[in-house]
Amino acid sequence: MKAYNTMRLSFDSRSANEAFARTAVAAFLCPLDPTVEEILDVKTAVSEAVTNAIVHGYRNSIGKVTVSASLYENKRVVIKVQDRGCGIEDVTKAREPLFTTAPEEERAGLGFAVMESLMDKLKVSSKPGKGTTITLERVIRSKEAANDSAR
Amino acid sequence: MTAKTYVNIEIQDEVFIARLYGELDHHSVQPLREEIDAMALQNRPKELILDFAGVGFMDSSGIGLVMGRYKLAQELGAELRLCGLTAGSKRVMQIAGMDKLAKF
Repeated sequence: MKAYNTMRLSFDSRSANEAFARTAVAAFLCPLDPTVEEILDVKTAVSEAVTNAIVHGYRNSIGKVTVSASLYENKRVVIKVQDRGCGIEDVTKAREPLFTTAPEEERAGLGFAVMESLMDKLKVSSKPGKGTTITLERVIRSKEAANDSAR
Repeated sequence: MTAKTYVNIEIQDEVFIARLYGELDHHSVQPLREEIDAMALQNRPKELILDFAGVGFMDSSGIGLVMGRYKLAQELGAELRLCGLTAGSKRVMQIAGMDKLAKF
């Protein structure tokens, strides 16, 4: 199925850009009329993925992080967060709750757990030395649908 | 674009209240935790309260902040309490099982 609207951002892997990335994605989704909760869920998941790219993908170096979002029929949103950093040796292990390679920075090791529980689908593809792409998917119910079911 | 993130610290008797404002992410939490830790180590309170009422957004960096302060509270022999959590912040905390670690 073809996306009916897309966007793509590329920015330096500086931590100051974490807020920029999640806010830009949230603004892109606004025409879908998401609930406050849905916007927060997406912002949180994007923040986790972008932070991973900055903290782990480009540890001690600055590279480019690319965030793209596509809108499909039935209010399905697909977001990709991509880096060309060090990649993940063992994706299964990295996805385990509480696993972190940066405990000294108080990284809780819960980024993937948070993304998984807030989104409908999470895909992680990574090649050591080549980089990581995280794909997040979520169907937006919209305020109208939320109001209907509350009646 | 986003409001500045900061902390206001109030100490009364042996109760230490850190009121957090803004958005908690990996970028913004580091100066906050340094400020909280320095003040708490200096004052050695019996109760450490993190007030999230002014937090409009948080990701798992907020969980890291709580886990780190939980350790600090243990070192000080103090009790850690979280208050003012909005629905969004509460959900992120619950994903992490923080409700088992500190009083909400």
